Amino acid sequence: MLSFCTLSAYGSSLGKRGGCRVLSVTQFCLKRLETGGGMLQIILGAVMLGLLWAIMTIGVYITYRILDIADLTVEGSIAMGAAIAAQAIYSGINPYAATFLALVGGMAAGLITGLLHTRLKVPALLSGILTMIALYSINLRILGKANLSLLRMETVYTVFKDMGVDKNTVFVNLGISQVVPVITLGLLCVLGIIGILYWFFGTEVGCSVRSTGDNPQMSRAQGINTNNMIILGLIISNGLVAVSGALIAQQQSFADVQMGIGSIVIGLASVIIGEVLFGKRNFFSRLVSLVLGAITYRVIIALVLEIGMPANDLKLFTAITVAIALALPVFRSYLSPITKSMKVGM
Amino acid sequence: MLSVGGVYKTFNIGTVNEKTALRNISLNLEEGDFVTLIGGNGSGKSTLLNCIAGVHAVDQGAIIIDGIDVTKFSEHKRAGILGRVFQDPMVGTAANMEIEENLALAYRRGRNRSLRWGISQKERELYKELLRPLDLGLENRLGARVGLLSGGQRQALTLLMATLRKPKLLLLDEHTAALDPKTAAKVLELSDKFIEEGKLTTLMVTHNMRDAIKHGNRLIMMYDGRILLDIKGETKQQLTVEALLQRFGQASGEEFSNDRALLS
Repeated sequence: MLSFCTLSAYGSSLGKRGGCRVLSVTQFCLKRLETGGGMLQIILGAVMLGLLWAIMTIGVYITYRILDIADLTVEGSIAMGAAIAAQAIYSGINPYAATFLALVGGMAAGLITGLLHTRLKVPALLSGILTMIALYSINLRILGKANLSLLRMETVYTVFKDMGVDKNTVFVNLGISQVVPVITLGLLCVLGIIGILYWFFGTEVGCSVRSTGDNPQMSRAQGINTNNMIILGLIISNGLVAVSGALIAQQQSFADVQMGIGSIVIGLASVIIGEVLFGKRNFFSRLVSLVLGAITYRVIIALVLEIGMPANDLKLFTAITVAIALALPVFRSYLSPITKSMKVGM
Repeated sequence: MLSVGGVYKTFNIGTVNEKTALRNISLNLEEGDFVTLIGGNGSGKSTLLNCIAGVHAVDQGAIIIDGIDVTKFSEHKRAGILGRVFQDPMVGTAANMEIEENLALAYRRGRNRSLRWGISQKERELYKELLRPLDLGLENRLGARVGLLSGGQRQALTLLMATLRKPKLLLLDEHTAALDPKTAAKVLELSDKFIEEGKLTTLMVTHNMRDAIKHGNRLIMMYDGRILLDIKGETKQQLTVEALLQRFGQASGEEFSNDRALLS
């Protein structure tokens, strides 16, 4: 039964085929969860994490879809953002300033990858891997040890707690007062970033970044310095990823040098889930779909964990999900001749 | 307008694949010249065009456009004074961007790109006016993705983009070779119109002898990295395919052996 439920989670993440069966199984799962207690808590916890990871997903989208580069720097820059923010807060710096420092750090990481790729002509994938590996050591130096606790420290969420958003009796009674401050700030950040990026990619420079990813040869013929545009895109992307890392570290009250492992796959999974489920009509809806994709991913993970999948299998589960989603066009091309011949046969 | 002096270009120097594509090429184009450049496969005509555009750096020699020595300029820096159309219709436009976005990118060629909005309402009106004479119905589809257009439509759009800001030099690299004969003729006709209206200095590479003879005021034939024939003025106007083949034979001591050029 367990594996059946897991499969249903796959099904709902991948598309609308066989909707009926998936629905009934989901209902079964939901019932089980409710009796297990705190369905709302689970979902809201997933939404909270999803919002924080959505910032990282937007960063991955900028490199993976707009620049057409699979940038592995993010594995290092998400941990770097967490490390910088944690160390800064630990040293008594204002948490907002600490998060800003994380942004700068991530941008620097993107700059290094960009310089490796464009100036030194290292292939994009390898440039990202090199920066990622280098960042592992750098992050250890920033943290001074493998992980750093932020328990009882002031974080960016403390302000919202002080404002009393979590003291509302409705939230307390529902048992969700812990997640409300994070969701509030996460939502504000995500909306702000969507607004800024929507504006930026509509400007002359933003259009040049997009055309560079779409057709570099044409872009150069139109006088665009494609190397600089690639660097700019990587800077923005990794800056966002680092901010995401900083916010995640403050939410979970610790930074860990290992926390970046597999994050690129999570980012890709969220991008793809968002595109498949929530469409890509225009740029604005694409940005929104990234956030919804990141949240959906977290909800799926929370559900499969709740059903009883061992947490150690999470990365395997994510990898398989992404592999299937990326292979969807191939499966479709195999399937479509069969359906066509069936129709002719009828 | 264009002055190429003593240009050499060799690919894969020091390997078994070493290939000298250009041997001491010197060439001068006057303002308003429309030069057709013809030659067989591997004669160096596309390499010459790419060296002028800055895709390849030259080994030796100088390239001067409108009095500016651009030999050391990168490709994107030269683009400000050049207009380019490529052989592959997919190369000249960004498929995932809208028609108006592509035009807006071209409209800013050679100008500073800032954080101003990427396209203005006034421009949209201008683009509509410019697209209408193409007679492809594109003026009503400004917001359509370029990837939805046919090869011929994309090539016509690229041509418009190349001439949107009057270039000092227009480079056409076999820009009709990938199109079907009817579309190719239409795009060539359009090219003629743009070049005439804008009085553009043009260098057009072609495989097709008839096109090379019919269009332009000067014909250059390349062979083995050298300029073999340079025919202009009255002689060019009275030129026929037979006469061109004969002159090629005399100059090179060989039969012209390019089926594609002969057949078309």
